[in-house]
Amino acid sequence: MQLLYFAWVRERIGVSEEQVSPPPEIATVADLIGWLSGRSDGHAAAFAEPTRLRAAVDQAFVPLDTRIAGAREVAIFPPVTGG
Amino acid sequence: MSEAPLEGTPAIRVVVSTDAIDVAAEHAALEQGGAVATFTGLVRADDGVATLELEHYPGATEAALTRLAEEAARRWSLAAVTIVHRVGPMRPGERIVFTGAASAHRAAALEACAFLIDRLKTDAPFWKREVVDGHGRWVEARDSDDHAADRWR
Repeated sequence: MQLLYFAWVRERIGVSEEQVSPPPEIATVADLIGWLSGRSDGHAAAFAEPTRLRAAVDQAFVPLDTRIAGAREVAIFPPVTGG
Repeated sequence: MSEAPLEGTPAIRVVVSTDAIDVAAEHAALEQGGAVATFTGLVRADDGVATLELEHYPGATEAALTRLAEEAARRWSLAAVTIVHRVGPMRPGERIVFTGAASAHRAAALEACAFLIDRLKTDAPFWKREVVDGHGRWVEARDSDDHAADRWR
């Protein structure tokens, strides 16, 4: 599964993308965020406040309780601020 | 002048680019159908901002803006819809976003234009970073933007 990070999530983790293979019990985006938090101090810092995070699965915005089975690309980022 | 209802698929133009936005050219391209409404957003110099940097999610950004334009075309009778968003570094006073809608009459054009900019703020993956006195800071999302977008849901 390809992960993409944007804005301060990307800065805190230190990379803009990475490839991961989460175990089968990681069912939702929220589960994935919890699991990723253990990868490094940067991940832990980026994901410390899940309420400040938003996500997209295969490029569509989704709530964090969305299941990730079969997803090719998951992006995790702060609330958007365009316009 | 004929005022027959608009028929066919509206022309949708979505651009995400580091290039400056040419408002005159974008407006001219929308001049069809009887009425054109546009919005242009400029980079503000709030709190001494020297540079504004726009990050986005390539691919997903264009898809989100196209979905927004298509939704506008379903909700209003439109001849054309344009959304242009600049990305990368820019200075205060420069144009950052342009939305426009062309229709037979002003109400549809004005409402569609407002819909486009209100929903763009919450539905498209852009992130603003301000540089003040050499220090960067990510702009926080505002509840007022959520409320403005919600009135179209």
